[in-house]
Amino acid sequence: MSLTARDLGLFAIMFAVLALVATFQSPQLAVTILNMSLISAIMALGVNMQWGYAGLFNVGIMGFTAVGGLAVVLIAQPPVPEAWAAGGLGVLLGLMLGVATILAAVLVYKRMAPGKLRGLAIFAVLVVGFVITSQVFGPATQAVQAVNPASEGYLGGAGLPVILAWPVGAVFAAGVAWLVGKVSLGLRSDYLAIATLGISEIVIAVLKHERWLARGVNNVTGIDRPVPRPIELQPLPWVQSLAETMGWSVSQAASVVSGLGYSALFLIVLAILIWLAERALNSPWGRMMRAIRDNEVSARAMGKDVTRRHLMIFVLGSAVCGLAGAMMVSMDGQLTPGSYEPLRFTFLIWVMVIVGGSGNNWGAVLGAFVIWFLWVQVEPAGRWMMEMVTSGMSLESELRRHLLDSAAYMRLLTMGLALLLMLRFAPRGLIPER
Amino acid sequence: MEPLNALVSVSNFMLVPALAYGSQLALGALGITLIFSILRFAHFAHGDTMALGTAAVIGGTWFLQAQGVSIAPLPTALLAIPFGVLVLGLYLLAADRFVYRYYRKVKAKPMIFVMASLGVMFVTNGITRLFMGVGETRFEDGQRFVFTVREFRDWTGLAEGMALRSAQAITIVTALVVMVALFWFLNRTRAGKSMRAYSDNEDLALLSGINPERVVFITWVITAILLVLAGTLYGLDKGFRPFNYFQLLLPMFAAAILGGLGSPLGAIVGAYVVAFAEMGITFAWRRVFGYLMPEGLEPSSMMQLLPVDYKFAVTFAILVIVLLFRPTGIFKGKVL
Repeated sequence: MSLTARDLGLFAIMFAVLALVATFQSPQLAVTILNMSLISAIMALGVNMQWGYAGLFNVGIMGFTAVGGLAVVLIAQPPVPEAWAAGGLGVLLGLMLGVATILAAVLVYKRMAPGKLRGLAIFAVLVVGFVITSQVFGPATQAVQAVNPASEGYLGGAGLPVILAWPVGAVFAAGVAWLVGKVSLGLRSDYLAIATLGISEIVIAVLKHERWLARGVNNVTGIDRPVPRPIELQPLPWVQSLAETMGWSVSQAASVVSGLGYSALFLIVLAILIWLAERALNSPWGRMMRAIRDNEVSARAMGKDVTRRHLMIFVLGSAVCGLAGAMMVSMDGQLTPGSYEPLRFTFLIWVMVIVGGSGNNWGAVLGAFVIWFLWVQVEPAGRWMMEMVTSGMSLESELRRHLLDSAAYMRLLTMGLALLLMLRFAPRGLIPER
Repeated sequence: MEPLNALVSVSNFMLVPALAYGSQLALGALGITLIFSILRFAHFAHGDTMALGTAAVIGGTWFLQAQGVSIAPLPTALLAIPFGVLVLGLYLLAADRFVYRYYRKVKAKPMIFVMASLGVMFVTNGITRLFMGVGETRFEDGQRFVFTVREFRDWTGLAEGMALRSAQAITIVTALVVMVALFWFLNRTRAGKSMRAYSDNEDLALLSGINPERVVFITWVITAILLVLAGTLYGLDKGFRPFNYFQLLLPMFAAAILGGLGSPLGAIVGAYVVAFAEMGITFAWRRVFGYLMPEGLEPSSMMQLLPVDYKFAVTFAILVIVLLFRPTGIFKGKVL
């Protein structure tokens, strides 16, 4: 189903506002907002598949985006030969032993008759496997981390073109989602929410702690970019003439051009995804998904395998989130596990979907634009408001300083209120499902 | 072989901290289970409302300290708890009045309630940070230790020492008193019985003249008490940081599900299982085994199964095992 005139109007208003930002604040800011909005729009599309089509509640978006981000490091970074020589094989062997332990435990569980003996056998397998694995894995990771720890200390990546990391990020996220979905789908609907909350915390803990993988909290910086850096664009004559005609400085023009390059890439991805999502939603498959969402019992009575369909859409939606996560890391050119916060990466996306209109792909996209814009702009607005409120107080006043410091948290409050008000008074969102 | 020293060491570094942590989790998980069985949704704002209640207690503590009030050797924060309960109670009731009540009236799906509680979580989070910032606040005062390592060593003559912090002792005692009081309330009083009836079968309870709004009111008040106690005790023990309170959500949910959602006894058992598993698996056993093994056979490694950063992974593993093998939890998720 295509957009109505009203929807197009809403999008037009949004872009007019962005144009105003470009004129009155700065063109770079407008491009940054645009790019993050596009990425958020892709995340919101993924969540919309899960919630809007199927009614699955995923509160682990942060984890899936972070896994996607990890793919960028593993694909695009050059390998570190010394580290591979020092412990690469040990790490691989350790990982394989870990997987073998779990498989052995599963095998014991399947083959032996239920009873105390089986419990003991599984326990023994796990303990023995764990001890052997840690004997191999521990020294190997130590060796890897000892290689040039100031700038490397990890295995590095495959040294492939960075664009390749985007689909790989999606595959990584899909794998994690399959594991989580397999465990928690088919049970009470809140269990999926709690399980995804858990897995996202664990993904971040692994990224922060396993330094051999992606340097942990030391961050991986300087990742290859799919678009030329501003510094490479500055000497180009057409960039310089652009700066002249627009009245910007050369560095400003270069960063705007570089940013717009990302925008173009992101737009292509977003367009493909929307096209696919719209096709899927209006196919027999999409109608089946919505039928399951609206009445599970009757869908099951019609012979639909609800749990399997749920698992499928959960994996698909998470893959889209992973793709967005990979795109974000390749835009920033760095992976910083410390910067993944659930409020920013999980709950904000939810606000986008609800405000935009759950069940409608265009709604999710619009929601992402509106909410990301507010997220960026509410903080300065909050500071300005606090300054107005406190302008009567003396400069040294403790209260005034505290209020000014706290202005940053105004946006959490604003987002929460936006979510609650939309949910209560306009639960169908800005662009409702049709 | 010095088993006594081993016992003291393991108590000092693992058993007592885990007991205190488990008690704090139990109070929180009881709230989750109560809300689940009466209002029938997973309350995602639990961790952040806990932080808000604790922030109110800290505010009260500062006020009392400024007035020169003190109940040394006990921490002043205990005096401020009623104030925290009042603030959080009013806040939760306001949230119910303006957010949840509407969805109850239109009989919305459980997921809509969860979503609404997400909105409440966001708002609560913002309010707490407006007042307290994101940094760590310590508000423990009074006597720090019931007995210190040195006192214990002088007293027993053992090589290994042990300390009992006041915050830990207070936590364990308070949690016990509160649990007993809660069970007495649920089983013996009229209001408690009406709550159990309502959670068992809503329609029958309505037919027998139980006022649902009153049951909901009592539930929120009890939740406020449990949350403020849990939050204050946790803060006294480990310091107050809003983000840590948000992260407590996962262990609290794991505890409630492990015990069986809707079963108060299950929530308590689940909380202690989660706490002991988290502490036991991330604990470095080297010292303990050093005392237990015959001479010359002391372990050379740390004997730590997982680094402390992975304590949430332990919780999650417990959750996964429960979901795979016994989704109804230990106590069969019997409703209250």
